[in-house]
Amino acid sequence: MFARGIKRKCFDGEEDIEGTLAGFKSVPSYNLQRQSLLDMSLVKLQLCHMLVEPNLCRSVLIANTVRQIQEEMTQDGTWQVINAQNTGQASLDRLVSSDILCRSTKEQNEGKLVPSYSGFSKDFENTPSQDIISDLSTVTSVQAPRNPQSNNVWEMENSQENRGNFQKSLDQIFETLENKNPNSVEDLFSDVDNSYYDLDTVLTGMMNNTKMGHCDVLESFSSQTTTNSNSNCKSDINELDHIVEILVES
Amino acid sequence: MPEGDTGWKRAFEADIISTVEFNYSGDLLATGDKGGRVVIFQKEQEIVSPLRVAVSSTRHSCGARSQHLPYVAMPQLSNKSRLHSRGEYNVYSTFQSHEPEFDYLKSLEIEEKINKIRWLPQQNAAHFLLSTNDKTIKLWKISERDKRAEGYNLKDEDGRLRDPFRITALRVPILKPMDLMVEASPRRIFANAHTYHINSISVNSDHETYLSADDLRINLWHLEITDRSFNIVDIKPVNMEELTEVITAAEFHPHQCNVFVYSSSKGTIRLCDMRSSALCDRHSKFFEEPEDPSSRSFFSEIISSISDVKFSHSGRYMMTRDYLSVKVWDLNMETRPVETYQVHEYLRSKLCSLYENDCIFDKFECCWSGSDSALMTGSYNNFFRMFDRSMRRDVTLEASRESSKPRAILKPRKVCTGGKRKKDEISVDSLDFNKKILHTAWHPLDNIIAVAATNNLYIFQDKAN
Repeated sequence: MFARGIKRKCFDGEEDIEGTLAGFKSVPSYNLQRQSLLDMSLVKLQLCHMLVEPNLCRSVLIANTVRQIQEEMTQDGTWQVINAQNTGQASLDRLVSSDILCRSTKEQNEGKLVPSYSGFSKDFENTPSQDIISDLSTVTSVQAPRNPQSNNVWEMENSQENRGNFQKSLDQIFETLENKNPNSVEDLFSDVDNSYYDLDTVLTGMMNNTKMGHCDVLESFSSQTTTNSNSNCKSDINELDHIVEILVES
Repeated sequence: MPEGDTGWKRAFEADIISTVEFNYSGDLLATGDKGGRVVIFQKEQEIVSPLRVAVSSTRHSCGARSQHLPYVAMPQLSNKSRLHSRGEYNVYSTFQSHEPEFDYLKSLEIEEKINKIRWLPQQNAAHFLLSTNDKTIKLWKISERDKRAEGYNLKDEDGRLRDPFRITALRVPILKPMDLMVEASPRRIFANAHTYHINSISVNSDHETYLSADDLRINLWHLEITDRSFNIVDIKPVNMEELTEVITAAEFHPHQCNVFVYSSSKGTIRLCDMRSSALCDRHSKFFEEPEDPSSRSFFSEIISSISDVKFSHSGRYMMTRDYLSVKVWDLNMETRPVETYQVHEYLRSKLCSLYENDCIFDKFECCWSGSDSALMTGSYNNFFRMFDRSMRRDVTLEASRESSKPRAILKPRKVCTGGKRKKDEISVDSLDFNKKILHTAWHPLDNIIAVAATNNLYIFQDKAN
């Protein structure tokens, strides 16, 4: 559950995020949840290529959703904000999450968080899963965030040992995922956490900026970190979380 | 995962029904499943003259009139009983239509799951149907054999050849009755015409041609010719990066053999006339309902994606199914549908969760009743919905073992959307999203419906007066 693991990290440094985003948007929680939706969508796009054959309709719909979020974020100016973000473990993790899931053009575009759609088009052409794995392993070599305070996260790339570590972690992930048949991969996403219903309320009404109680929303997410016990997850999801933790350097 | 578990799960998965279709007379009901099998049911010959019950004539008071339960103007439906002599459906034929294949070029498996079955109109004693998986369409002939010849000259009864020098007399073989044997044989295989996954096939009213549609293209075939097809719609962009819309369903008009429609993932329907040009990239009519700005969200496009389109039997209307609703369109009016029915509006506030668990991408089908007066479509928790167009009534029913004992009358169900849950109501949070009814079919003449719930098929009929 990539989205879940990363979300936990996100809200560890909640105050930092609010501080930096305040002034750009009157509802900072909306931004975070929009970002979560973006992360979730990117995960879906990548994962669907590991199955038998990607469902083109689904991929197109998810890609359109991603595009829509990005357009809105660009209009808001929050897109720039996130790029300039260099404080807080949480923001870094958010960058990392998108990075893992986006294509390798990141290596070229330092400081730009733009998922490459040329990568997606390649996916639409039904590339075999092996290509995806090798592409992703190239991508993860970019993020080696030892020093979260560094401005130029994107420049810290190609450290040989980092590459080895992340390659191994990635391999572990893919091994876990490949062993499952498509249905159980979908099962990873079928855990409907109750706190997501709050996400629903915020997001589905969000285009009109209908306000949710900030406290309620943030509370639900912070409580998620404490109450979302492992007993709710399957053991293989624990394993996945563990692997994600390795990746994001908790 | 231990080997045993995987094997069991695969065996279970193979039985998941992926398509249901009555033939033109309604005597045969075909189902296709995820394992590539086709099972055909046949209606028993009725002993008494059939009670032809149309929806309009059964508008009697059925079910309690109360404030809580919706008034059921629909005919009461009960499960088929084995004891009742009124035509029940029994297994007629079973055969393996498609096998799993491997595309070596792309290193990808081609699923054997049957996406669609369409019957051909019957022209002789045999029955013909088209079945398709993601890549290949097959024409199957289903024929009966109930006689066998006995008394051959050149071979014994057990088939061994007789020594010709021993034959001293000639005899004429006699036809003797035998146990009915139903044979299915593939007559045509239409392959290698689709790069993307086939989602629809539709037999033309000329009974000679049919169309097959995948995500980006629609091809026209002649039933006799397997080595070529005509491409009539192609929406693949030159640069795949620009792809934002795919074809989700297509169907020929029931009477006009030059007209077909196809729906898209953006909630639009295009009607095309094959007389206008060979490549129907330009539509003749474009159906789209303007978006309601007040309900706009990140999921608006996804839930507007049309999962099924069906012409009415009359040919004057068509029905589309998107994630939350069913819409009836008048072919003469492109600007908006003439009727809209909410299937499960209570899911609108749960769209993010449904996006997360992928349920938002479920493709529900829909169907018309024989007289076009009613519509039916599926939902979650093994619920399915029926809408009476003339009476403007709707009902939610459940297809499950508990509620479907033979000859039992289906009880209307209700989903509680918030606040206090009344007795017999189910709250939205208790719905089982793994129990989805995607495929339903309505008998072309009678009030008999077939509902596929995962790996079970339910057949309900109208309760006789």
